[in-house]
Amino acid sequence: MAKPFLSIERLTQQFPDGAGGTLTVFENASFGVEKGEFVCILGHSGCGKSTIMNILAGLAEPTSGVVKMDGMHVSGPSLDRGVVFQNYSLLPWLSALKNVTFGVSARHKGWSKAKVEEHARAYLAMVGLEGDVVHRKPSQLSGGMRQRVSIARAFANQPKLLLLDEPFGALDALTRGTIQDELIKVWSQTEQTVFMITHDIDEAILLADRILLMTNGPLARVAESVDITIPRPRNRTEIVEHPNYYAIRNHLVQFLGQRSKDLAGHGSDGQDQRPETVHIDKAAHAEADVDIEPEGAHLRAVND
Amino acid sequence: MIRNFDARSALLSVLILISGLAIWHFATHVPETGPVGVVLSAEQTDTLLGNNMAAEDIEFYASQGVAFPQLEQIAALNLSRETIEMAGGIRALGISVPDANSAPAPGSLFPSPAKIGVELWATITDPFYVAGTNDMGFGIQIGYSLLRVIIGYTLAAAVAIPLGFLIGMSPLAYKALDPYIQVLKPISPLAWMPIALFTIGDSELSSIFVIFICSLWPMLSNTAFGVASVRSDWVNVARTHELGTLRTALTVILPAAAPTIVTGMRISIGIAWLVIVAAEMLVGGTGIGYVVWNEWNGLRLDRMIVAILLIGVMGMLLDAAFARLQRAVSYVE
Repeated sequence: MAKPFLSIERLTQQFPDGAGGTLTVFENASFGVEKGEFVCILGHSGCGKSTIMNILAGLAEPTSGVVKMDGMHVSGPSLDRGVVFQNYSLLPWLSALKNVTFGVSARHKGWSKAKVEEHARAYLAMVGLEGDVVHRKPSQLSGGMRQRVSIARAFANQPKLLLLDEPFGALDALTRGTIQDELIKVWSQTEQTVFMITHDIDEAILLADRILLMTNGPLARVAESVDITIPRPRNRTEIVEHPNYYAIRNHLVQFLGQRSKDLAGHGSDGQDQRPETVHIDKAAHAEADVDIEPEGAHLRAVND
Repeated sequence: MIRNFDARSALLSVLILISGLAIWHFATHVPETGPVGVVLSAEQTDTLLGNNMAAEDIEFYASQGVAFPQLEQIAALNLSRETIEMAGGIRALGISVPDANSAPAPGSLFPSPAKIGVELWATITDPFYVAGTNDMGFGIQIGYSLLRVIIGYTLAAAVAIPLGFLIGMSPLAYKALDPYIQVLKPISPLAWMPIALFTIGDSELSSIFVIFICSLWPMLSNTAFGVASVRSDWVNVARTHELGTLRTALTVILPAAAPTIVTGMRISIGIAWLVIVAAEMLVGGTGIGYVVWNEWNGLRLDRMIVAILLIGVMGMLLDAAFARLQRAVSYVE
């Protein structure tokens, strides 16, 4: 099997537990992301999603294991991996436009000022920010607008991998919907590889090609990889009509409600822990509800 | 409403000023008692009139406290009052006036607001005169003080801000140097004066050193604190954009910490201006602090008060300049 574009190999993260021992967040976690793929990772709080994200971003070092992108080891942060943080992380003393040009000029050091600004404006326009709004400081923008700027900043740098850490977590439902649509629009125009953390099942189904499901921590693992067998372009009002929608959704709800607990807390016994691929496609073969295909050599039985 | 509010506060300020000046005026005001007049009997007046002395002259000299025997002497001169005054007054003509009657009642030694006003106007209209080493315009003296503050303060900023940056960026350095800063910071700047005078020798350089040392600590600790408490999210933004250490420091940490740094600078300039007055009182020679001390020694309280007023106004201007700088670098999260 060819190596995927982004390959996470036997990643282990341990922290001191404050009582002299160590707390293993996850152990020997392995999975891959293909080029141009939109992958969401779902799991309860404390399962280590953000830790994985920080390792991918290069902001944290794993206890052991490696991350390879394009066959190269990832170590330290890089412009090849753009990050959209949950709290936007805009620089408050810069205008929206300057926040984006800040990133663009870091990426393209040789560009003229005018070219940097033009590029930045183009990406701000993609997320619906045009005109005088771009000269406002983040404090003068609504939460939704701030996150749009943050998304524009990340996309404008055209990183090989875009990491989104619960980007819509702090937004109200209506704004969330609008920005999700904008994210899809930008993503479909740029064909970026995206890895996104979310808490929201519907958001994950709407956006992702594939959803990784994480069990509860400690000793969490990426247990399943669920293909989203709903064709694009997707629309939030239409996808609920698709026969696969509720099948997938129910599977995810059951996982988060029950199996994430059942599967939690097992050590890896030194084994490489790869997620099982779950392919649910009621539309293709009406008789087969759930079709589980092994992805890796080491499989665990699904005990539900 | 805001306009209205501003107008109201301005009005209140003026009222406070007026009532303050009024209290000051009445506290220092002594009514002009003048010499105690002499009351003449009818016969005495008649005698003087008989000696060819004008009635109004008799009344004038009597009101000046000149007694009857002396009045007789004046009458004997047979001169008009005009002539007597031209000759230098009755005292010049050898006619004595009893002291108890002629000495004016002592006024207040503390200058009245009107007197201060006159002195202030003199200072404003001619701030840069030089009439001798101890008699120079207050503009020049303020200039000396300001120059010392600017030199000492600039040197302190040149040391404190880069050093504070390094301390703030390194948790190890922060922890290691913190005890020294905490011990050295509360030492009164003037306590350094003897050490400075002993090691440097020159009094001019010593007062600049004292300004340096007192401006150093607030800038150093504020810069270190500001840099150390820059939100890790912003530093992460710099890291994910592969900014080098220098560019991170200049484009992310400096603007993020700027409000805290400028606050430190503002505190420092305030302290420096407080200290220069005391330092100049100690070393003497020139400067507005020296002026206060010199005028006190010469008991020119009016000039001393004008100097004190100027110290206040200058300090306010310095603070206002940094307040403006503070507004320029502040941001809302």
